[in-house]
Amino acid sequence: MAEATSAAGMRTALIFAGGAAGLVSALFGVGGGIVIVPILVAFAGYGAKRATSTSLAAIILVALWGALAQGLLGNVDWRAALLIGIPAMLGVTLGIGIKRRITSDQLELGFAALMVVVAVALVVR
Amino acid sequence: MGADVFIAVLGVGAGIIAGVFGVGGGVVFVPALVFFLGMSQVHAQSTSLLAIIPVALLGTWQERRTGGVDWRHVAIIGAASVATAIIGALIADSAPERVLRAGYALILVWTAYRLVQGVRRRRAAAAADRS
Repeated sequence: MAEATSAAGMRTALIFAGGAAGLVSALFGVGGGIVIVPILVAFAGYGAKRATSTSLAAIILVALWGALAQGLLGNVDWRAALLIGIPAMLGVTLGIGIKRRITSDQLELGFAALMVVVAVALVVR
Repeated sequence: MGADVFIAVLGVGAGIIAGVFGVGGGVVFVPALVFFLGMSQVHAQSTSLLAIIPVALLGTWQERRTGGVDWRHVAIIGAASVATAIIGALIADSAPERVLRAGYALILVWTAYRLVQGVRRRRAAAAADRS
């Protein structure tokens, strides 16, 4: 599984991850972790945990470029973004604490189902 | 003022959901902005991009001691994302609202699929432990 990744192969994988993440992130308003993590695991010899940490750090830059570009296009509500993003720091900290106490398969499957419902609601809206 | 408090509470709630389920802020922020604040898809997505940054900063800071982050790799990924982020923003800016919604909906479905995969993996591992 964990085959050695050459320096050139590693660089190509990282550039691929960045390129794909930039597009998905700015196009859909997400961080891009959904593409960075699988690419790092599949092509850069990363383990899942290290891929997640690295992806999180990279998202700071990836989302920054997207936010700047969208900001120049006049699409960013700066006030709402900060009013959501800064309190969300507290929320995520609480959420991770909750996750440590209760992990339930049913809860996660229920949330997955809810996400599909939201996806449908967005499309038919 | 009242509206600001509402948005901040929405932010805390969205953060809790992201933390509990281990999903990114973007998949929670965008629906929250669309359904609770009535934003258009492109405005919700663009605002979400900025809102993600404090959350990612905090997460990275919290993991600083684990030492798992190769900053040179982060710099390469970040540099490689500049051009495509600009392209993505331009596409999102000019795409019809319905098309953008449909594309974003696919991201939600994909994230839901990954969650289900995670549960199945955990169950398989638990079953292997028992045998």
